[in-house]
Formats: sequence, structure tokens, C-alpha cells
Amino acid sequence: MKTISIKVNGQTHQLDVDPKTPLLFVLSDELGLRGPKFGCGLAQCGSCTVIYRGRALRSCVFPVEAVGEGEITTLEGLGTPEKPHLLQQAFIEEGAAQCGFCLSGVILTAKAALDEKPQASEAEIREALGGVLCRCFAHTRMLRAILKYAGQRKS
Amino acid sequence: MTLSRRKFLEMSGVLVVAFGSGSSLTSLAVGQGAFDTHASHIDPDKLDSWIAIGSDGKITAYTGKCDFGQGMYTAQVQLIAEELCASLEQVDLIQCDTAITPDQGTTSGSQSTPTNFNMESLALAAATARETLITMASKHVGEPVDAFTMNEGIITSRSGRKIKFAELIGGRRFDVAVSPAAKRRSPKEWRILGKPIPSLDRSALMTGRFPFVQNVRVEGMLHGRVVRPPEINAVLSDVDQGSVRQSPGYVKTVINKNFVGVVAEKQWQAIEAARLLKVTWKSGLELPSGDRFYEWLRSQSSETEVVLDSNDIDRHLSGSVQNLNATYVYPYQMHASLGTSCAVADVKKDRATIWSATQSVYPTRSCLSKILGLPLESVRVIYTRGSGCYGLNGADAVSFDAALMSQAVGRPVRVQLSRQDEMAWENYGAACVIDQQAAIKNGDITAWSCEAWQASRGGRPGYDHPGNVITGMLLGYVANEVKPNPIPKRVKEFRNGDNSVPSYFAGFVNGKCEGAGSLASERVVVHRVRSPFFTGPLRSPIRLQNTFAHESFMDEIATSLKVDPVALRLRYLRDPHMIEVLKLATERAAWKTRSSARRDAMNGEAAAYGRGVACVAYEGDNGFAALVAEVRVFRTEGRVVPMRFTIAIDSGPVSNPDGLRNQTEGGILQGLSRALCERVTWDGRKITSTDWESYQSLYLDMETPEINVVIVNRADGPATGAGETAITLVAAAVGNAIYDATGIRLREVPFTPDRIKAAVKKSTAENQLV
Repeated sequence: MKTISIKVNGQTHQLDVDPKTPLLFVLSDELGLRGPKFGCGLAQCGSCTVIYRGRALRSCVFPVEAVGEGEITTLEGLGTPEKPHLLQQAFIEEGAAQCGFCLSGVILTAKAALDEKPQASEAEIREALGGVLCRCFAHTRMLRAILKYAGQRKS
Repeated sequence: MTLSRRKFLEMSGVLVVAFGSGSSLTSLAVGQGAFDTHASHIDPDKLDSWIAIGSDGKITAYTGKCDFGQGMYTAQVQLIAEELCASLEQVDLIQCDTAITPDQGTTSGSQSTPTNFNMESLALAAATARETLITMASKHVGEPVDAFTMNEGIITSRSGRKIKFAELIGGRRFDVAVSPAAKRRSPKEWRILGKPIPSLDRSALMTGRFPFVQNVRVEGMLHGRVVRPPEINAVLSDVDQGSVRQSPGYVKTVINKNFVGVVAEKQWQAIEAARLLKVTWKSGLELPSGDRFYEWLRSQSSETEVVLDSNDIDRHLSGSVQNLNATYVYPYQMHASLGTSCAVADVKKDRATIWSATQSVYPTRSCLSKILGLPLESVRVIYTRGSGCYGLNGADAVSFDAALMSQAVGRPVRVQLSRQDEMAWENYGAACVIDQQAAIKNGDITAWSCEAWQASRGGRPGYDHPGNVITGMLLGYVANEVKPNPIPKRVKEFRNGDNSVPSYFAGFVNGKCEGAGSLASERVVVHRVRSPFFTGPLRSPIRLQNTFAHESFMDEIATSLKVDPVALRLRYLRDPHMIEVLKLATERAAWKTRSSARRDAMNGEAAAYGRGVACVAYEGDNGFAALVAEVRVFRTEGRVVPMRFTIAIDSGPVSNPDGLRNQTEGGILQGLSRALCERVTWDGRKITSTDWESYQSLYLDMETPEINVVIVNRADGPATGAGETAITLVAAAVGNAIYDATGIRLREVPFTPDRIKAAVKKSTAENQLV
């Protein structure tokens, strides 16, 4: 056990944890966050995605001790039901989910990709989502929502 | 604030749903006393079992059919609001909690809509509630019952008196029976049902607030991790508990027959302890070879059923001008939920509460009562949504895991499976072999025979078979096993729940033709064979496998007759719903009549275009659909690119068109993943497809087709299921499109690039020989 300080969704937390603990378990068990989820523990599916230093990060294989000063943003940190982020709003309008378990992976990966390259083409957005799984296969609606947001960002 | 926001934000801890909101209503429902239907104390014949109206006018409805992402929550709220002429905001819906909801068995088999949206159960209760309120209003103000209208929870009399629901009944029981004569509001009157209401869970989901079963946290909760056998038939030999005693946070090793689990304070500690625990297993029987599995399957002794037999098949096959034969094979596939299965159990000495994503709270409660040795009424199972399941995933097994470990440590325990444990031990969709034979004479089909072999072991645990899933088996419960019968059983009534009968058959049994077609010389024989792995319902169970074989073979017959595949289908279809959807889909897809195959590839094009069709009467009568798939096939890479999919679907009066579209679009893409890449693999002793590299699923960068969903929305028929209809057609329609494009007939799913390239090579060699 070791006291570790991490900044998540704008708040700093001091936690006594095994420093090797994957960040995901700290977020979901210690901080009670519901956005990032355990899907595979192998960085193969994207369910545990958070944004870290502007990039999409698979928190299931990232030890909490490696976080350091960088801030973590989870799906709930992006926006609230009262004030959703524009990308979340696009997903709400398009009804772009079924069970919704994959949404951290889909929404945050798309956000990070578009933050990095706002002019990304549809093909580039798809490519960025190449490692993200949705087993309900709500793909069509999700891509529509992401493209809608990308269009709004540009204008 | 919208309903969805309010509802899901209030659910800080799923516990609130069960114990908190409207406590007077909850206690009212709990205090209903003992009844003995399916061992449930909640009598489905009483209106109070389904609907309660609080002193604040809120309507609380109790349902035994749950939402796992298919939209059943929203649709049921619409139903209640519609029948009670209320707004969506006035309705709270409690789903599947053995303490307070009626026993509606399992949410599965596309049965939720037929059960709760026609003339029984929830719909009938809601209609009864409306009529009862009107009768009460009539007594209240002394005006005749036909003098009232209802709107937004207010009843208005002809003379202008306004009465709120709460004034009439608020906080009290109705004390009336659900009336079989209660009149449903007709689809023509619908204001809320039948409309594309945005799903109510949306904003909670998109902003990461939705409480999944994975998010349930109970005070004093520990974390458990199972240690499954390393091989399919291995048994436990020894556990060295000393190997983990010093592990941080370690609480206990739980051993029961072949079940092993470790409990620790934190999740990561439980994972580490389970990894470090030294367990010795003894290998059991070897598995049948994966390479020759289909031959193995058809050579086993089986439980055989003759579903149909006109007794003239052999005569036709011997006398016809031309016989066609083909064998289709379908692999084991997984539910492979994105999130691994999870449950939280709080087992005390004399009672237990389990938060579970099971589709079957009452059957699961019954199995848990056996496993825990507690009386049925002392066990409560509360449905809490998990990752999309698509059928029997690991939800039931992990509920047993959590309960066992909680009982062993006397504290609440949360268990979430590892990816590998989820994939190695779930109940797979069955592998099948299907032989087809047809006799052709003078340009017509004169006889058709199907013989299927289906791998089967275990399945849904139901009320008393915990051994049908892995945890139960490890505890020594026996799985439902196939019992080979030397003399085939003849089915006495027409049955097509598994779509074992092609749509073109007359289905003549017991003096009646109940099939969807007109072909009178017909035979269907089904062999169930003992599977080496657990099997269970996976979205469109067996129906997809059968439909792949039937609809592919119908195309092969069309090719052989040099007839357009749609024209040939229409020649043999009798059912008007089937004819309608087939015509609708092909019209919308601008289907050009010609005999297959177009074989662009033969003209040297790199990417060959092809179109294929398939249609089905799902489960014989539970929804109808036809799909036209248009694809391009890149021959050298063996790659199939879906271009445009056009589907016409008839599921009776539609509760929520947006929900139906979402299910249909998702069904088509999931169907593509299953048609193009998914299959379970194994070696001599164990499953080898245990993660997303070894079990392939199409990712978000898959090439998606344009999808056109044409909804028939028949107002006058019964409401049918719709969640499994689209997926049933995909493998067949895509296989037929690949044939149309290339002249290559693929009879084995999945249509992987390797298989396509091999078939191209073989076909090229054959052409050169000619």
C-alpha cells in the first residue's frame, strides 16, 4: 500500500492503494465512477477508456502509480445529463447505443481523435476506432453521431 | 428535467430502486401474501401485482420482462402511459425483482412483446386499471362510465368534473382481478405507444451515470474471483491454500467439490490471489478434434425427432429427374458480452439478496435456493442490467459464484469474471450440421428433405437445473444431457419454433397444413447430439443456423433451375406475411429479376458485386422479415464488403419504431460479424478462443453497409417479437450474395478470407479443367 495522488475529472484524490493496481479499479472501486468499465483487462476492447494527457488510454492495463501529474477525464467528467458535452449530445440525439457498455471506448476515443485532428475524415475517424468494440453493433448510429459532432466542431 | 435524467440520477445505488422510491407502494406490493404460482407469491391474476397508484398520483408498474439494451424498459413505460392515458413522466417501472414483480419466467426468445403487448399480462393489467379508474370515477361523481375521458392522469367527466387518479385510489389497493375482457386502446388511438420515443436511458448512458450490475456497491462488500478448471474435463485434485495466505487483502479460499474461488478485500487483490493460488487439476477425457468436428457430430448417437414426414420423400428422390444435395455447417459461437459477467450477493445465515443481470430472476432464485440451502422465500434476486447479453451469457453462472462466496465468508461479495473465464466457459450457440436434399422434376421442386445434427449440453438452468451452467456443474449438479433414443420420436403437432422447417413446406401434420409454404413432399429430422461444451440460447438460437441452411439451399435450387431466387421463393410461399415482406424488400432494393449467378468476378473484375436474398417467419409465426444483401467480394483478398442491406420487417403493431430500427440495424451488423468471422476454437483439452484476438468480432472500423429498414407496422395483427428476426437472415443473404458475385457457394460459416480464397482457388482450378 502506498498513498497516491491522482487528479480525476478536475478533483484531486489521495488514495491508499497498491501502486500496481490498474487505474480502472481505482476509478470504479475507490472513486465509485461508472463511466470506465471492465471489459477484458487486456486492452483489447476499449470499455475502460479514459482520456489522459489528451489521449485515449486503456485504464485496465495502466498501473495507478504511472498516472503522476497527468489529469484523467472519464465519461462522466466529459459532461453531465444536464449539460452533456456536444459529442454526448450527438449520441443522445442519434440514440447511438443499445446496452451502452462500450460508450467510454467509443465516445472518448472519438473525442481524443478529433481533439488531435479536428479535420479528420470519416475514414480517419473509423481508423481511430479500430480497436474499439461494441457487441450490440450500434455502429451505424455511433458513426452518425461522431460525424455530426465533427461537423459541428468545424463550423 | 426529463424523465430519463431524473429516473437514473435517483438511482444512486441500484438499491434505491428496490427499497427506496415510493416506499408505501413497495410495502403494498410486498405485503401481498403467499401464492403458489411458479412458487411466486405475487398473483398475476390480481391487478395490484402489476400496477399501483401512489398518493402523489405516480403510477408504478411491475414487470417480469427486463431491458438489457433492447429497449424493453422504454417500450413498457410507453405501454403503461398509453393504456392509462398518462404521461411518460408519471410512470415508474420496476423490472424483475422477486420480492415485488410477478414471475414472468425468462426475458428471452423474442417473447417479451408477444407476452406483454397483446391481450394478457402487463398490457391487460394496464387496460384493467384504466377501466377500473373510470368505474370508480363514475361512482365518485354519479355520471355514467361512458361520460369520461382520461388525459395526463386526470379523468374528466362530461359535465366537466376533473378527478385525479390519486383522489380515487392513491396509495390504496385496487383489490380487483385483471379482467380478461378489459379493452386495449387500439393502435389508431395511440398517442405514446407506437411513437419513436427516444429511449429513456440515453442521457444516463451517454454521460456515464447509468448504474450497471458492475457498479453495484454494498456496504462491507468484498471481491471474489473464481478459479476455473484449466481444461474442459479436468477435475480438482488439490488446492494449496498456503500459497495465498500472505497475499495482500486475502480473506478466504472457497472450495466446494470442483468449485474454487478466492475472496479478498479489493478487486485487484482478489485477481492477484487467484493468480497465485496453487491448484492441481486432473485431466479428463480428450475433446473431439476441431478439424473433424462436423463428421464427429453426425456420427454420434442422438436424440432424434421426426418433425415432419410426408412418407413419400424416398420415392421422389429415387424417381426424380435430378437430385440436389448439400451439407451446411455452422460453428459454435459465443455471446461474448463486451463486459464480463458480474453479480453481487449478500448472503446471511437465513436470507440472501443477489443483484444479478440474469434474464430469469425467478428461475435463478430457485436455483440459488438449492445451491445455498435456503428456503425459496428467503432468497431475493434483483435484476440489475449488465453488458448486453444476446441470450444466456455468464450472468446466471456468476450469480451462483457470488452467492457461494458470500455464503462462505458471511459478507457481501462482488464477482466479475475474467475475459478468459467468460469465454472459456459460457454456454455457446450450438454447432450444427444440416443435410439438404431436393428432388427436381420438370422445373419444379417435387420433394425436399432436411436432416440436422445439433450439439447440445446444459442450457438455461430454469427453476431446478443449476448444472446447466458451469458453476452448477462444478458443484456437482448434473447438466441436462441429450438422451439418445434408438427409435426416433415423431412429433404429433406442427412445431416450428426452431425454424427447422423451411418456409416453403406445407407443414402437414394432424390433418392440417401449418407451414408457410406449399411443398407437400417434405421431411424434417432433427438429431440432438451430446456436446463436449455447454450450449445455450444465443440470439436466434438454432433458428439462425437452420435459416442459413434453408435459405442457402433455396438459392442452390434456383440456380439449378435457372430461375430468379425471389421468383422461386414466391412460387412456393403461401403465408401472406412472408409474401408481403419478400415483395417489399425486393422492391425497395430494386431487385432485378435474373437467375444467379452474375459472376462479375469471372469477368476479371477485382471486386465483384452480388446480391442475395433470404426470408423467414421467425419461430414459425413470431415476426416476418426478408433481407436483400448487396456486397462486393474482393477475390484475391477473400474480403467481403457489405454495400447495402434492405430489410422489410413485419412484427405487427410496433411499440417504438426507433427501438425496432435500432434492434434491426444492430441485428444486421451483429449478423455480419457472426457470418464473417466468429467461431469458437479448441485444442485437445481446452477452449483456445478466450480473448478478442483469438475470438474475432468486427470492430468499430468495420465496413458498414447502408441499411434500409422497411417497417410494415401492421395495426390489426398481434404484436410479435423483433429482436432476433434480422440477425436470422444475414448469413444466408450474404452467402447468397457472395455466390451471385463469384459463383462460389459457401456452405460453412464463418465466411473468412481464407475460406473464400481457398474456394476461389478451387473454382478457378475446376474451370481450367473444363
